Amino acid sequence: MGNDFVVPAIVAVTLVTVGIGFYGLRLARTTSDFLVASRAISPTWNAAAIGGEYLSAASFLGIAGLVLKYGVDVLWYPVGFAAGYLALLLFVAAPLRRSGAFTLPDFCELRLGSRRLRILATAFVIFIGWLYLVPQLQGAGLTLATVAGSPYPLGALLVAAVVTANVALGGMRAITFVQAFQYWLKLTALAVPVIFLALQWQADGRPAVTPPDGPTFRAATTVVVEHRATLTLPDGDIREVRPGDELTFAAGDPVPDVSGVATDANDWLLPSAAGDDDRGLFATYSLILATFLGTMGLPHVLVRFYTNPDGAAARRTTLVVLALVGAFYLLPTLYGVLGRIYTPQLLLSGQTDAVVVLLPEAALGDGLVGRLLAALVAAGAFAAFLSTSSGLLTSVAGVISTDVLGRGSVRGFRLATVIAGGVPAVLALHVSGLDVSQVVGLAFAVAASSFCPLLVLGIWWRGLTDVGATAGVVAGGGAAIGAVLVTVLGPPLSGWPATLIAQPAAWTVPLAFTVMVAVSMATRRRAPADVAATMLRLHTPEALRMQ
Amino acid sequence: MAKQLPDVGSGGAVPPPRRSRIVLADITRQDTRAERTRAELAQQTQVGEALVRGLVRAQLALALRLSLVVAIGLGGLPWLFAIAPSLGRTTVAGVNLPWLLLGVASFPFLIAVGWAYVRLAERNEQDFTDLVQRPEH
Repeated sequence: MGNDFVVPAIVAVTLVTVGIGFYGLRLARTTSDFLVASRAISPTWNAAAIGGEYLSAASFLGIAGLVLKYGVDVLWYPVGFAAGYLALLLFVAAPLRRSGAFTLPDFCELRLGSRRLRILATAFVIFIGWLYLVPQLQGAGLTLATVAGSPYPLGALLVAAVVTANVALGGMRAITFVQAFQYWLKLTALAVPVIFLALQWQADGRPAVTPPDGPTFRAATTVVVEHRATLTLPDGDIREVRPGDELTFAAGDPVPDVSGVATDANDWLLPSAAGDDDRGLFATYSLILATFLGTMGLPHVLVRFYTNPDGAAARRTTLVVLALVGAFYLLPTLYGVLGRIYTPQLLLSGQTDAVVVLLPEAALGDGLVGRLLAALVAAGAFAAFLSTSSGLLTSVAGVISTDVLGRGSVRGFRLATVIAGGVPAVLALHVSGLDVSQVVGLAFAVAASSFCPLLVLGIWWRGLTDVGATAGVVAGGGAAIGAVLVTVLGPPLSGWPATLIAQPAAWTVPLAFTVMVAVSMATRRRAPADVAATMLRLHTPEALRMQ
Repeated sequence: MAKQLPDVGSGGAVPPPRRSRIVLADITRQDTRAERTRAELAQQTQVGEALVRGLVRAQLALALRLSLVVAIGLGGLPWLFAIAPSLGRTTVAGVNLPWLLLGVASFPFLIAVGWAYVRLAERNEQDFTDLVQRPEH
């Protein structure tokens, strides 16, 4: 941790972010500039910005940590995070852009003309936004604590303050430039070190990822335990460890089995099989459903589509985003795999989320190259926290300023930004025991069970009514929120209830769709009279628009 | 021979006056018809309604067909690995098959499906535009 490049790198990323923000501020003149960047953004910039905004702490740090810990089954996270954009492209992108809705509540009012539904949607946008913001701030706190030894609240508050100030002062035009820059930074920060890591792995004689005798320590290592766990030592002894315990291993010692972690080569290497692991299979499908369908319901993703000039451009932008995001997701898996070889101590300490940040120095040593690469990765991680938080904050603040404060002015937007950034900052300080990746997964599940059915049925089915939509969002989204609250606040569960609550999408998404369709059919006469005109607007090319 | 003034009942905007009327006679009539169709769309006459319904149905069918491709191509994998564990042990170039399929191959697959969708959806829209702007429908 004595790396003297890390802190300057993080400071540089933060300064560049703020700097581009102020450059954008000079360009932002009107409220319209401020909120939708005057729609003068090219698809390539816009796609890089969407990608930059989307790749969060969960993508940059979380996936590699999960791969290190659980192996092949969690590869569905990156696949699902990317596939979410395909679902968005197929069902939502062009019609949503043509609808002219800027936020999800706008869409509700536009399509169904219901004030009540608009308020409900506002509440969901704020809930999902905050649920997603808290783990970003936590990730920042943990990363800064890991690489610079600072106290946990410092990183969380630093990111919250920088992002709030930047969004409040620069608005959306500014963050478009910031986000696009941060996509390329994040890609570079993972891609360049991976080349060096692969060469090092070659030079080390290509050590096996899953040696027949289980993972071993390559160097003498002292591990400080962070989470309570049960270890099974190679000689069969069972030992309970508590946070703060120190364990010392010599080079070549085998890594003990850790409870709750796939230390066994086959568990890690092979997918869960039928019969002995039906719950694992259910959880996999639930995760697939949440990530595939949840992306379209994330508030910060939809806002971006308004900055496209027309529906066809929205479609092409989404395709570019899919390609950019897909290219990025090739990388975290490699970190998780190489982490098995070079940083097995993280399996014991429980800090698997730190693998991306610690791997360069663990593999390449603390020479100049290792330290520079470690600083690059830390800078990329900070870019991830800053960009995702900016996007979330902009959309939550936009909703608060128009729907809660009821003011469309720049000053109202700034006030809303302070509110929207302050609440999760306070929450992040008080809830530090949550698992970053799991909370992000739950945010996807809530979005998939509330906004996904609302958008898909609203765009493609004329029969949707305001009562049906409200009932579906309350039933599906409410059930998913209940599952979140039980996971975060409730007692630990085991067996099937634990699986159903931890990965709720497989039952809450069908529930939302079923209730929405059934109630809409029962209240058929409430279908809006102007549905034909709305459909015309959503689906016909702009070239045919009547003047 | 041709009607040189636009039909009053069409409701369309009056086209700007044209100079070489004899040559453009047919085109003028085409424009008038196209404008009538556009007006039908906007006023939700039965013809316009049917046209939009057709477009929506075509786009939805396309989206559903491609999501079925993904549901089978990707969604079938956990089930396949579960019932045929030997697949998980198969290695290609030293890497187990599930790692290659999920970690590498799934992303180009998703991009290819997305690319196909953008092309086909734009073609559907082009067909619709042609239908609206051409007189013979």
